[in-house]
Amino acid sequence: MSFFNLKGGFIENLPKIYAMYTGAFLLFFALMAILEQYGVKADTIGILFVAFTIVIYAGIGVLSRTTQLSAYYLAGRQVPPVFNGMATAADWMSGASFVAMAGGVFMSGYPYLAFVVGWTGGYVLVATLMAPYLRKFGCYTVPDFIGTRYGGNFARILAVTVLFVASFTYVTAQINATGTIAARAFQIPFEVGVWFGLSGILICSMLGGMRAVTWTQVAQYIVLIVAYLLPVFWMSISQGFGIIPQFAFGHAVERIMELEPILGVGTQLAQEKIAGLSILTTLHATPKEGAMAAWQFISLAACMMLGTASLPHILMRYFTTPSVRDARSSVAWSLGFIFLLYFTAPALATFSKLQLLDPNMATSIIGKPIADVMALEWIQKWSSIGMLAVRDVAGDGILHINGFFIRPDIIVLATPEIAGLPYVISGLVAAGGLAAAMSTADGLLLAIANALSHDLYYKVINPKAETRTRLIVARALLLVIGAGGAIVASMKLTGILGAVAWAFCFAMSGLFVPLVLGVWWKRANRPGAIAGMAVGLGVGSWYLYMVFNKLMEPWIGLDHLRFGIVGTLASLIAMVAVTLMTKEPDQEIQRMVDEIRIPRGDAILSDTH
Amino acid sequence: MTTMDIAEREKHWAKTRRLMIIHLVVWFIFSFVVHAFVTPLNHINFFGWPLGYYFAAQGSLAVFVIQLFMFVKQQDNIDREFGVAED
Repeated sequence: MSFFNLKGGFIENLPKIYAMYTGAFLLFFALMAILEQYGVKADTIGILFVAFTIVIYAGIGVLSRTTQLSAYYLAGRQVPPVFNGMATAADWMSGASFVAMAGGVFMSGYPYLAFVVGWTGGYVLVATLMAPYLRKFGCYTVPDFIGTRYGGNFARILAVTVLFVASFTYVTAQINATGTIAARAFQIPFEVGVWFGLSGILICSMLGGMRAVTWTQVAQYIVLIVAYLLPVFWMSISQGFGIIPQFAFGHAVERIMELEPILGVGTQLAQEKIAGLSILTTLHATPKEGAMAAWQFISLAACMMLGTASLPHILMRYFTTPSVRDARSSVAWSLGFIFLLYFTAPALATFSKLQLLDPNMATSIIGKPIADVMALEWIQKWSSIGMLAVRDVAGDGILHINGFFIRPDIIVLATPEIAGLPYVISGLVAAGGLAAAMSTADGLLLAIANALSHDLYYKVINPKAETRTRLIVARALLLVIGAGGAIVASMKLTGILGAVAWAFCFAMSGLFVPLVLGVWWKRANRPGAIAGMAVGLGVGSWYLYMVFNKLMEPWIGLDHLRFGIVGTLASLIAMVAVTLMTKEPDQEIQRMVDEIRIPRGDAILSDTH
Repeated sequence: MTTMDIAEREKHWAKTRRLMIIHLVVWFIFSFVVHAFVTPLNHINFFGWPLGYYFAAQGSLAVFVIQLFMFVKQQDNIDREFGVAED
């Protein structure tokens, strides 16, 4: 019935449809800008932005409804590589990437760039080691690959367990971010915002599964990238930094390095503690000396990379392309689209910092009289909600570097205001943050629910289930898991970033080794894979528990954000050792591995299985 | 499904593996090696950026993007050479 079912027509018209959509979104932005000029209040503009985009996503979700397994699990295997690239980029870039990354670079300087490197470099592993082979395999879910390649329900269930632990840790952070933004835009309590956000997320995924999530994620990518880039370009041009900020921020870095010793960054320390806020003490571009600092950078980047290549909600996006070649090229496109945001974040952080520090700029606040600083609108706005604080530390009425407290998360939102851009930009940024959090939450919820409905319910509990029953179970599970995520999110257990880094470490501890060896080592067998997953997840979790609760000193600086290194090493040793001690897999499995290594030919598993 | 003989398969896989290793070496250098030498690299000025900082903020990322588009092309050439590319 929906126009998504037009034979071939929709796929061929994709570029046109999304170009029109982008045009409509920009038009909406222009309309909001005009409304602002006519005196419409900032709050109203914020509500309109968030409501308008949610209605569009929900519309796409409803139009993409389906009753077919292959559409629900694989988007019908007809997503062109460029569009799958956009969908993956939205799936990938979470609320943390959008909201917290530039703030992290602003506040923590060079060491934080390990996230930027890690969250991009992981795609090289995805493309060379995993995606094309999993696509040839034709699985619905990542545990589906483990279960079929190694055989047996036990291996399958273990893979589902790892997936659940990693993805659930991650999804609570995303539901939390969605709730925060919805709560702020509609001025409702956070607890209500969480449920409101969840209903938006579910409308996008429940009716159409992977197909609906794919087409909403493409729409969400467009909103989030426009919302991220437009303010940065606008600020860069209006402040005279250059037309293309990403190419121009070298001199701003140089200037910050010049100013740091003068202003006392790193030498003037905080004289009081304010919960959630910090002052600038880390140098912008100068890392600490020594092998330990380098190891900290490298080990964090490695965790994020191996985690990327093991996260099921990312890998499953590559099951939806028409061919193996498309899966490969789609990874390259994904990284290209992700790159657009990630190489902008350091530019944003640098310019934002320079605007505050450089006494030659009209926007600077450090070294200015505190009375003047307190009169600034953005300072008043953010300090009234406790996101920022100004203190007269020297008692001379002048704002010193250690008298300026800020919550790093607000940098992306506050930067346009510091530069004096109109409010419409803030509305746009809120819509972008919401798109980023919703799209990631959608992908994660679907990954969990699909693994439970396909691998646990259909493959293990009730292999005779009809298509209709399977889809009902899949949707019911989405609801249950979404609700579970919202309940955990409303308890506010961890900060956004902590939970995200843990998800990566869990995924790599349990899945990286069995996935890679499943393709690249024909000899790898079931007992080995079981040992690899169980030992990896077990040792990783044990190490996290011990280090996080300070029951043990971290080994060579591997703190709780980096426990994946320990888990993955344990997993590798266990899997290789047990495989070599047990007999090689039978001929049929070995032939299967041969088949996934060449692109031509049918997938191992048909599109309805 | 495919009627490739075993020797051909092995050759195709050997080439595929070689390509994978080359790309992972490049990946390793730009993921880890350059960042291990950030302090000496920072003494070099690259259009205003200290070079070590530049790699972490932009350079390594750009290398990853470029290498992946090259990888797609190269692997496709291997598949075509052995007649196992999809039509």
